[in-house]
Amino acid sequence: MLHTVNKSSFERNSLQSCLNIIDDTSVILLIEDGVISAANNANSSMLAELATQGRVYALQGDVEARGISSKVADNIKLVDYAGFVDLVVEHGTAVSWV
Amino acid sequence: MKISIQINEGPYQHQASDTAYQFAKAAIDKGHEIFRVFFYHDGVNNASRFTLPPQDDRNVVNQWAELGIKNADGEPELVVCIAAALRRGMLDESEASKNGIDGNNIHPAFRISGLGQLIEAGIQSDRLVVFGD
Repeated sequence: MLHTVNKSSFERNSLQSCLNIIDDTSVILLIEDGVISAANNANSSMLAELATQGRVYALQGDVEARGISSKVADNIKLVDYAGFVDLVVEHGTAVSWV
Repeated sequence: MKISIQINEGPYQHQASDTAYQFAKAAIDKGHEIFRVFFYHDGVNNASRFTLPPQDDRNVVNQWAELGIKNADGEPELVVCIAAALRRGMLDESEASKNGIDGNNIHPAFRISGLGQLIEAGIQSDRLVVFGD
């Protein structure tokens, strides 16, 4: 399953809600203000753990638009919109945490 | 793969419609079919043909229209929720005349219909992706 999160964890707790219920095979894609959580100093330990397993992605255009490209944690994978489409195709049902 | 999209927010105020548009464009470029885009809640404002952004800004409504998402019968598959639309003053020709109102503002690339269209999109498509705020 693919989970998209579009809010910064400083604004809403949707990322934490997602992390609390996510199963072992699902992945997270951070989009819009959700990419703020991809910055090193905003990383939650649960998100960092998922990232080490290669299960966290962030939308590159949104990362660049917010000026945090140099701060994104190393093991968070950046994808473009085509990569977003691939994640939707590959991981089945998409859950949008809004 | 058949993909449908639900959009819950209007243009310019939230990023949802922009993200959804970029996603739809990328999906089409990759050879997927966008079965339907369903505009719900404030998302109905993406269908106003009176939208006039400054010249140096994108026109969200026209961008959607230019994707030309249609079914085999040539009907638009940019579908606006009727209940959400009417209460926000978004009317097509038929709803305007039915309610005795002298104007309509739904862009011709969109059509008004009911919530059943969202359920059907969920059933008929391989994937349904929601964009909101």
